Parts: sequence; C-alpha cells; structure tokens
Amino acid sequence: MAENTTVLLDESGIKRALTRISHEILERNKGVRDVVLIGIRSGGAYLAEEIGKCMEIIEGVRVPVGAVDITLYRDDIKSHAAHLPVGKTDISFSLEAKQVVLVDDVLFTGRTIRAAMDALMDHGRPSSIQLAVLIDRGHRELPIRADFVGRNVPTSLKENVALCFDEKNLPVEVVLEK
Amino acid sequence: MAEFKHKDIIALRDLTAGEIELLLATAENMREINSRAIKKVPTLRGKTIINLFYEASTRTRTSFEIAGKRLSADTVNISPSTSSSTKGETLADTALNLLAMKPDIIVMRHAVSGSHYFLSKKLPNCSIINAGDGAHEHPSQGLLDMLTIKDRFGRLDGLKVAIVGDITHSRVARSNIQGLTKMGSRVFLAGPPTMMPPGVDRLGNVTVCADMKEAISDADVVMMLRIQQERQGKTLMPNTREYSRYFGLNPDNLKLAKPDAMVMHPGPINRGVEMSSYVVDGAQSHILKQVENGVAVRMAMLYHVCGGELE
Repeated sequence: MAENTTVLLDESGIKRALTRISHEILERNKGVRDVVLIGIRSGGAYLAEEIGKCMEIIEGVRVPVGAVDITLYRDDIKSHAAHLPVGKTDISFSLEAKQVVLVDDVLFTGRTIRAAMDALMDHGRPSSIQLAVLIDRGHRELPIRADFVGRNVPTSLKENVALCFDEKNLPVEVVLEK
Repeated sequence: MAEFKHKDIIALRDLTAGEIELLLATAENMREINSRAIKKVPTLRGKTIINLFYEASTRTRTSFEIAGKRLSADTVNISPSTSSSTKGETLADTALNLLAMKPDIIVMRHAVSGSHYFLSKKLPNCSIINAGDGAHEHPSQGLLDMLTIKDRFGRLDGLKVAIVGDITHSRVARSNIQGLTKMGSRVFLAGPPTMMPPGVDRLGNVTVCADMKEAISDADVVMMLRIQQERQGKTLMPNTREYSRYFGLNPDNLKLAKPDAMVMHPGPINRGVEMSSYVVDGAQSHILKQVENGVAVRMAMLYHVCGGELE
C-alpha cells in the first residue's frame, strides 16, 4: 500500500455498511413491495447487486435489480476531447409507480445523480426515487442528498475516494488517495 | 478501448480496427434507447445536423434523421430537388452557404466519389459524415452490416463472408471489404467479370471467385448486392434473367452455404433478379435486422464525431 492512501472501509466494513443500508431500505419502504434497485454504472451497479442479495437474505424475496449508464446524460460532455464509450443501460422491468432506490458508490458533486435521475425519468414515472451511497464525500454542487449512507467522509477537493472491486466485481475496499 | 478522435467519418478505410470496434460497441448500447417508450436522450442538444442528399435515398436519410433526433440534435434535410444545385450552384458554394447556418455535422450523399474529402477541407469546423459517395464508400452501411453479423455470430474474426453482385459500382461492397478485412473476416467476391474491378484482391484478405458457387460454399454470411441500373449506363450484362441465373441467390444454391448462414442485402431489393423472393422472406434473411441496426449505428457515428477534435 502506498503511503498516500488510507483505507476507509475494508471488506467486512463494506459488508456491514451494505447490510445496514439494506435494513434501512426495508424499514423505510415497509418491506420489498414495489421496491426496485437501480445501480449507476459501473461501481453502483455492482453494489446494487450486493444490496439485492442482502435484502433477499433478510426478507426472502428477490427485488428487481437494474443498471443505468449515464454517459449520454452527462452535463460535461463538451469538456472531453473524445466522447466517452457508452455503457449498457439494463432495466428489464417497468419503473412505473415503483419505489426506485438508486445506488452509487461515491456521492460527490451530485451531477452523476442528476444525470441518473433524468435517465430514469425517460424510462417511466416512479412513485419515488431514493438514493443509497456507500460513501458521501461532500462538495455538493447541486441540491441533492442521500437517503441511505454507508459512511460520511469529509474530504478535500484534491483527494480522491475510490472503491476497489475484485475480479468477480465484489467490493474489496474503499481507499482515500491524497 | 480505443478513443475516437476523427472529425469526419468518410470511409472505413480511414479507421482502425479499434475505432470500428468502439463504434460497434457504442451502437450496441444505443439500441436500448430505441426500445424505450421515450426514445430520446439529451446528448446532442443544441447541435445542428444537415442531411444533404444529392442522390435519392429513403432508408439512409430517414435513418440518419431519426438517429439525430433521438440524440436531441436539430436535423434539417436538404435534397437536390428543393436546393439550389438544380439552379447550377457548385458544391463549394453550397457548402459555404450552409456554413452560415453553423451546422455541427453535415451528413452528405453525393454521386462523385471523394466529394466528402473536398467538403471536409472547405469546412474545417464541421464534421462530415459520408452517407454514400459515388462508387467509393458507404461507411454507415458497412458498420450496420458488421453489427448485424456480430449480433448473429458474436464475432467477425474468422468468418467467411461472400459478397455477390456488381462490385465495381458498389460502395456498400467497398465499405464492407474495408471493414470486414480489418476485423479479421475472410471476404470472397463473385460477380460477372464486367462488374469486378481489377486489383480488388489487393484490398487485404479478399478472394475473387469466377463462380458464385465457389464464393458462397461453406460461407457464414452471404451478402447480395443490388444491380444498380441507374449507375451502370451501358449494359454490363445481356439481361436480368441471365444475370439471375448465374449470380442470383435462390433456395437451391443457398444450400451450398453453411446451414446456419445468414443472408443480407443493403436494399432496395430487385426481387427475382439478385435474390428470389423465397430467400428474401426466408428464415435465413436478416435484411430487416440490418435496417433496424441502421439507426443505432448512425447514432453511434453522430455521437463519436461530435466528441472529436472540434473547438
């Protein structure tokens, strides 16, 4: 491990945070009725799968899990020299009148969440959108807040927070890079 | 994955295998938009696209127009019957006049091969996409054909692709030869000697066959070309019935290809000339899938040229 990185959460820390978030989602929505999980590619999509598994263990029901790619909805598309590759949006169920829980790894400026909400609205009209994130690092540029947070981490703008996955796309650790 | 940094897409000859792969991957992911209730994303909001078609087209023009609209760009169509070219305006003058409207992309179809390179030089701040130039290239058709093949087989590498018909006058054939050979397919060409350009076998992994049977034997893909009566001028064949007998695809000679071979045609089809109706409407035909993939491929092209080295 390099000197200028700090581990914020290890594997079991991530697991505990995701388990708590799963309980909170179930508590808020009084069960799994009409609840669907949508992860933001790529980190959030893997976490949504994990939260889905946790909820199944707790409640015994598998909720629908989808993934949204926000590349085509970005507001900074002009600042890239070449357009970014477009990922696959994979929502094989209707969002109409659903309680959508949007999942992302790190909440930062809020611009990704804005883009993801616009993308979801183009898929239908959910009755609510809730936001679950593993890390909230602050520095919001839009009026957006998370409903379920794994850990709040105060950061400086120069720092970077990264969630690392193993080859099976399971979360391993969250590190703060200075 | 490769980055796409070209201002224009004029020919698949100008692209690398990595860039073609990126365009196909983007197109695959764009398809999801076309299956939604709200078929629109805000990506190219505020961009202006001019569709400038000097030659007749329904499929390609409509497909580019829909692609632009689904990405939220403003699209304008100009066709020769309504434009000043019938009054004698040159392409250079038309281009400079269009420039006054500040377009971001011009999609052009023109009868003169290479006219897009000329237009691109005249308009350094505008992306040019080739929707067909003379007998040169038709890159969006080549890309959508490759996407359709990739959908079916999951790869392009190592496949045997037969292209049968009027190779000389076919820009579809040229774009497919350029693209497919770069992606590792083996291309076999067949057609009457009067419709086979000399030196075509120098374009890479291309084999010229005198007999159509040789080209389609054991093929994974059979791509039939339209007999372009309007482009030929003089007759290059005695009559369409004789052509059909030697170079037409029918249920009998299709049996020579692999049992799961796919049949393609860029359209519009001359039924009973290059293909019998049994094959056009048969189970192995992927012709309508080609049209369907056209919109997604053109969305990918518009998206990537807009992110080029402009500004």
